[in-house]
Amino acid sequence: MKVLIATSTKALMAVIAGLICLTAYVFAAEKESPRTGGELVFAVGGTPPSFDGHRETTFAMLHPVAPHYSTLLRFDPQNYPKIIGDVAESWTISKDALTYTFKIRKGIKFHDGSELSASDVKATYDRLVFPPDGVVSARQATYDLVKKIEAPDANTIVFQMKHLSAAFLNNLASPWNFIYKADILAKDPRWYEKNIMGTGPFTFVEYVAGSHWVGKKNPNYYMKGRPYLDSYKAVIVRDTAPRVAAVRSGQALIEFRGFNPAARDDIVKTAGSQVVVQESPWACNLTVAINNEKKPFDDVRVRRALTLAIDRWGASKALSQISLMKHVGGLLRPGYELATPEPELTKLVGFGKNIEASRKEARRLLREAGVPEGFTFTLKNRNVREPYEVTGVYVIDQWRQIGLNVNHVQQEEGPYFNDFRQGNYDAGIDFACDFMDEPDLQLFKFVSSEKSPINYSRYNDSVLDDLYEKQTRMTNPKARSKVIRQFEKRVLDEKAYQFHVLWWQRIVPHWGKLKGWKITSSHYVNQDLRDVWIAQ
Amino acid sequence: MRQYILKRLLLMIPTLFGVAVLIFLLLRVLPGDIVELKYAGAGVYAPKEALARERVQLGLDKPIWQQFVSWMWGIVRLDFGTSMWTGQPITHEIAIRLELSIELALMATFVAILISIPLGALAAVKQDTWIDYFVRIFSIAGLSIPSFWLGIVIILTFIIYFRWLPPLTFTPFWVDPKANLSQLIWPALAVGYRYSAVATRMTRSVMLEVLREDYIRTARAKGLWERAVVIRHALKNALLPVITVIGLEFAFLVGGLVVTEQVFNLNGIGKLFVEAISQRDYTMVQSLVLLTSFVFIFVNFLVDLINACLDPRIRYQ
Repeated sequence: MKVLIATSTKALMAVIAGLICLTAYVFAAEKESPRTGGELVFAVGGTPPSFDGHRETTFAMLHPVAPHYSTLLRFDPQNYPKIIGDVAESWTISKDALTYTFKIRKGIKFHDGSELSASDVKATYDRLVFPPDGVVSARQATYDLVKKIEAPDANTIVFQMKHLSAAFLNNLASPWNFIYKADILAKDPRWYEKNIMGTGPFTFVEYVAGSHWVGKKNPNYYMKGRPYLDSYKAVIVRDTAPRVAAVRSGQALIEFRGFNPAARDDIVKTAGSQVVVQESPWACNLTVAINNEKKPFDDVRVRRALTLAIDRWGASKALSQISLMKHVGGLLRPGYELATPEPELTKLVGFGKNIEASRKEARRLLREAGVPEGFTFTLKNRNVREPYEVTGVYVIDQWRQIGLNVNHVQQEEGPYFNDFRQGNYDAGIDFACDFMDEPDLQLFKFVSSEKSPINYSRYNDSVLDDLYEKQTRMTNPKARSKVIRQFEKRVLDEKAYQFHVLWWQRIVPHWGKLKGWKITSSHYVNQDLRDVWIAQ
Repeated sequence: MRQYILKRLLLMIPTLFGVAVLIFLLLRVLPGDIVELKYAGAGVYAPKEALARERVQLGLDKPIWQQFVSWMWGIVRLDFGTSMWTGQPITHEIAIRLELSIELALMATFVAILISIPLGALAAVKQDTWIDYFVRIFSIAGLSIPSFWLGIVIILTFIIYFRWLPPLTFTPFWVDPKANLSQLIWPALAVGYRYSAVATRMTRSVMLEVLREDYIRTARAKGLWERAVVIRHALKNALLPVITVIGLEFAFLVGGLVVTEQVFNLNGIGKLFVEAISQRDYTMVQSLVLLTSFVFIFVNFLVDLINACLDPRIRYQ
């Protein structure tokens, strides 16, 4: 008994000692004060097509260019997805929720020394919402609900809405909505495609196309003491192997988009404890798009059989070992507050955990639909290994298990999009990535093809369109959630028009001396580098 | 000779025009749309109106013949236009990469010449000795090992054993010779080795042929030193086909080092070529094809001139 007490006491003491050490470590980490100076070198896996955030859709533009700009609102880098002001100091929403009024901070200066005012914000949003001739705004449709934008005085900007929107405020925190200078836009609305002039924490130094992008600290940045870095250099490394090598060797401290598990392990193996790995569920997914106009895929029984055959829970275990495919989820990212919880999700066709029962049902449906054993069709896919190829191979294997014979055709991006757009395919692996969890963004792919250019599955469904419009106007999360569930059930279960395979896991290994950057579920946000610093 | 040079220079024009027509038409046949790739490529929604506007901006809404005429008119004025992907002038996009590509091609050629001519000559002179066997194995290995694989091995060795990697960005030689060489020497060695293997085998076989010629026997009978026989009489004559091979390889290296540039993350012409094709950047691909065609034609022309200088029997007049 004494021995037992002594052992327990020792164990208790060890636990307490451990807890004290852990607390001390946490406090030390918290107290670690940011160090100013230094240059952050990071890798980017692509080249920016232009420098204009309003027209571009790729992280290859956002990662090097975002540090030069401010936005009206932003996501709190340490508490994503909380919204905080950037050039907006405060805001109010009218009782009918149709008028949003923002107060602009005083003393914000553009890199040329001129002061930012509400007219610059108005000119920026006018360009985004009502693009003039010759200007492309990739986000025009997002702000379709905006009736009018006004700047009643130098520090106030007012948005008048056509109807209610649950997502509007979040959309104003879009990392793409760089605040531009009104005078420049008035002279040349396309000036920002090839030039930089913002109010962000870093000023532009140089861009060598295909090689690197350099920015240096903005001494007049409105937030005193920020940024911490003297400069940054985004090195363009398009291919994965040299990008991994760049981080492994320490020449680049980070690649913000993320790597797959094998690359993560390689980096950790080389750099050991000097490397920190941040991981997060990612607001990106791969979808099986089905050409609903082609026989036999115009038969809902066949489409349901296809989704029933896929063991998503098994895929999660297997694919997450070798790729960034990981989370089983419905139309909204698992973990997001409006996403369908697992017990409910497993009731949807194709999401059940008893794969044998699902496959039995799939075979029955195929027989009932008159699809012969060994029926052959083609799965079109991008010729990108991670995560497209591995997912294509997995899905084909699953379909073979219900007697289907599938050819995997991997294509270069050009022909791939061409075939998808023209409906020249049977089934294909499609993808989506968004800057935030928001049903307006994630559900848009599934409304009628005639309304959504990114719905390649070629179906029109007015019920879905109505549900989409209904949910977008609902500001009560509970009520909105119910409508979203109806939408989801119709897409994935009742009609099985197209369906997700898995959601991605974002894996960012970086050198431990890089501080102040916290991973989020999107590789588009938190990229202005104002809080980032390098410890020695 | 002057007339010959002028004729050859003038012949370049129809050749390049033919290349221009061919590449213009081939690119239009390829499936894929640059506008679609620019927007939908990132999986984000862009309205149809925006896509249509972009097509108008890029001139893709015009009939193909009009696009061709406007491109050709630009070339006549030495205006290659702007990249459809970046909107930057094509001459600028190419210029910033051409320096690296030419330097790398020159360095690889230098490495290849340095290895191949002495080794090839030595192997021929010492035929069927261990030296010859060694050179043959060395050159066959060079032919068999892809230069990108050798590049990967070099990089992995550096990372694993030295935790070091060549610089990620290009620094011109006159700005910082050390940084420049520490980046380019490794790809130059990887590429130069394969390149030298071709030239070594060519030098050896031609030297073997030449060494059996009557005039070599005569030179030896006259009592000339063996070194003079080999270098002045045999090697000089054996160099003609070797120079042709080296010239063609050099022209290939300017735009053809796609995989090596990817492995070493070099911002060169080869990588730009691949990116432009995958992005369906028509204007850029057209200009790059014209550039590489010009390099090939011009290098061939230079090789012919060098051959004429080396061999007095070659008379062009």
